[in-house]
Amino acid sequence: MINLEIPKKFKPLVSQANQVAQEVFRPISRKYDEAEHSYPKELDMLASLIDGMNEGSDSGAGAAGVRRESNGNGDDGNRNGSNLSTVLGIIELCWGDVGLLLSMPRQGLGNSAIASVASEEQLEQYGGKWAAMAITEPEAGSDSASIRTTADLSGDEYVLNGEKIFVTSGDRADLIVVWATLDRKIGRAAIKSFIVERDNPGLKLDRLEHKLGIRASDTANFTLQNCRVPKEALLGDPEVNTKQGFGGAMQTFDNTRPLVAGMAVGVARASLEETRKRLAEAGVEIDYDVPALGQSAAAARYLEMEADYEAALLLTLQAAWMADNGKPNSLQASMAKAKAGRTCVDVCLGCVELCGSVGYAENDLLEKWARDAKILDIFEGTQQIQLLIVARQLLNKNSSELR
Amino acid sequence: MPTATEDKGMAERSMGLGLRWLNRLAGSDLLDRIRIRKQVERALFTGTKTGFRSATAAGRTFKAAQKLGRPARQAPSKPRSLFDISPDDEQQMLQEGVRDFAETKVRPVAGEADADRTTAPELLAQANELGINMLGVPEELGGVMHEQAAVTSVLIGEALAHGDMGIAYAALAPGAVATAIGHWGTAEQEATYLPAFTGEDTPAAALAMLEPKPLFDPLALDTKARRDGSDWVLDGVKSLVARPGDCELFIVAAEAEGLGPALFVIESGTSGLSTEPEPAMGLRPAATGRLVLEDVRLPASALMAEGEREAYVECVQRARVAWCSLAVGATQAVLDYVIPYVNDRTAFGEPISNRQAVAFGVSDIGIESDGMRLATYRAASRADQGQDFARESALARQLCAKKGMQIGSEGVQLLGGHGFVKDHPVERWYRDLRAAGVMEGALLV
Repeated sequence: MINLEIPKKFKPLVSQANQVAQEVFRPISRKYDEAEHSYPKELDMLASLIDGMNEGSDSGAGAAGVRRESNGNGDDGNRNGSNLSTVLGIIELCWGDVGLLLSMPRQGLGNSAIASVASEEQLEQYGGKWAAMAITEPEAGSDSASIRTTADLSGDEYVLNGEKIFVTSGDRADLIVVWATLDRKIGRAAIKSFIVERDNPGLKLDRLEHKLGIRASDTANFTLQNCRVPKEALLGDPEVNTKQGFGGAMQTFDNTRPLVAGMAVGVARASLEETRKRLAEAGVEIDYDVPALGQSAAAARYLEMEADYEAALLLTLQAAWMADNGKPNSLQASMAKAKAGRTCVDVCLGCVELCGSVGYAENDLLEKWARDAKILDIFEGTQQIQLLIVARQLLNKNSSELR
Repeated sequence: MPTATEDKGMAERSMGLGLRWLNRLAGSDLLDRIRIRKQVERALFTGTKTGFRSATAAGRTFKAAQKLGRPARQAPSKPRSLFDISPDDEQQMLQEGVRDFAETKVRPVAGEADADRTTAPELLAQANELGINMLGVPEELGGVMHEQAAVTSVLIGEALAHGDMGIAYAALAPGAVATAIGHWGTAEQEATYLPAFTGEDTPAAALAMLEPKPLFDPLALDTKARRDGSDWVLDGVKSLVARPGDCELFIVAAEAEGLGPALFVIESGTSGLSTEPEPAMGLRPAATGRLVLEDVRLPASALMAEGEREAYVECVQRARVAWCSLAVGATQAVLDYVIPYVNDRTAFGEPISNRQAVAFGVSDIGIESDGMRLATYRAASRADQGQDFARESALARQLCAKKGMQIGSEGVQLLGGHGFVKDHPVERWYRDLRAAGVMEGALLV
């Protein structure tokens, strides 16, 4: 039965997340945008609270909850599980502040990677810890198959060597999931991810970045120099399977891209809501029944942006819902990420324009959201990478045909 | 050098002669003496403006069958607790039936129907046999759907428009009248008109809302209904009505004196009602035309829903969702057509789809079409559950108008010059998809 409303059972979670966003994130939003690199200590208590909320329930509020499920819980086999609840929680929290969400202890993208592919033993060992994700290198961003960080087996340990940049919460996390290759000659299939403890002496922090937005979230650059990790730190299958290719390492993205799309949806909604309020103060009301072109230019522009927002939201929920129901969703996950990323940027910048100096000045948060928005069309796969993935799927092409 | 007069074609010259004669006639006082000036002027106005305005069809006599004490209504569906994008089993069956029909019966004749500006009556009869025009008829009156069927209507509109948007308009237009009566008709209107829609020989019918003017707003109508005793008298012009010359029944939107915008049921053949062709950029298989109302006198019983504004606004919203469903089907048709084309077409030694500039165009079609679909489903599902869907229908319309047209345009662009010629259907979809942002009323979910 087609229904695209928030499921009843997740309404309490959504409302809780909204309260957190309203009461915890918004009041300190500007503070940590200005105080880049200082740790938002207010989040510690909140993180414990969220751990409590997640305990024993399948509705997580952070990125840690996502895991593929296959059994149904509706009377017709339809399931609304942790992918959907997580994305709903993230939308609300990012309506509060996306930088602060990214700084939430124990809710990093590394946690999603662990949740997605870790063995039971690894889950036991690393569960409850905060995990960051290190993929990008100075010479390899979108082209993650050509990373140069190496992992060599030496006795019972892997030895990692290389350089990693743009590691979200890299300095604050307990663990870092590092992508490295077992053999550069083999290509994609040899790329594996390894869990590295933050206090490993072979892991050296080079610097923290100064950024356009999401300044509350720190972004670290590391050098790995003879960084030794136990054999058991490899996530997933240690065998190099050329038939399976990149699938193993990339499958995390089918789960995490809808979450990042959700972040974009949340920021876009924040901008739209604030702008609607501001427009109303200026005497512009939005009427849904009168044709947009018969209303003021500002109202027509607003409706256009809200329509894009609606499409982004629903594509995001669709991708998460498919993951909950064990349906292959890499096409829909990339569609959601592409649509939400570009919509978030367009909407937030459009809202600043509509609100004029009220939008542009730092008295309000609209300018901050417009700066935060840009990263959402870049990380976890840029707009162009998403379009490439979508195109390859629709056109049935491989990466050597459509490069 | 030939003079301007010599250069004129035969038609222009005869028009010139006619004007000269007319001027003499107008200047004489003969007309005033025999008191026919007004009639002649009107005949002339009509004759020159349209070339061939005609009376509406002489339709059947609608007689009230067994009348219920109060109007029958479909129940809202039970509130659904889970998020879900899968149609239920019944919907899937219907959807598959219509998809098959659209692929095997509609698509092959779509080019011809577009060129001829007509859809074969046999094809419309076959479409009707699929049950697509009785989704809004309450069970008590011979309908098949116990609950409201906006989602089902959307799935059917989408599937049919994948075959052809113009044929879909022609085929679904009568259903809009049945649905309107099922939702907002009085007990008498239901008893009089709905039985005709559940039998075999269903009438052509049209819900006429749109008017020929820029920035048309369905809430601010130029068509007026004034009170005269207990009667209503309607004047106005309706635009892009499907097959108006064939229709036996109309529902017309008019600004009702003292009430606001409202719906009236009008049988064809009513005095003062006429139609004229209004061929358009697209939707040509629906043989679009204008419906002209001149002093059309109706009994009080012609008014629907007692003129309640809420009912009228809901009608506007349901129509927008219906047009979205057609746009979704047409954009999916574009996507399905361009994929094999760009994969097969080679340039510079390889398929053009190996180029990102081409491939990304395909990605955007896929992304925006899916977004349009989900927004349309959401609006329809809210309607079925009895929830307010003003926002959702407006946003779906906004998306379908803008992205639908972008997709129509990109479809032609990806085929280049081949997209511009009639060997390929993309130029037709380009013309049809413009309608998604233009049409109001006419179809309902």
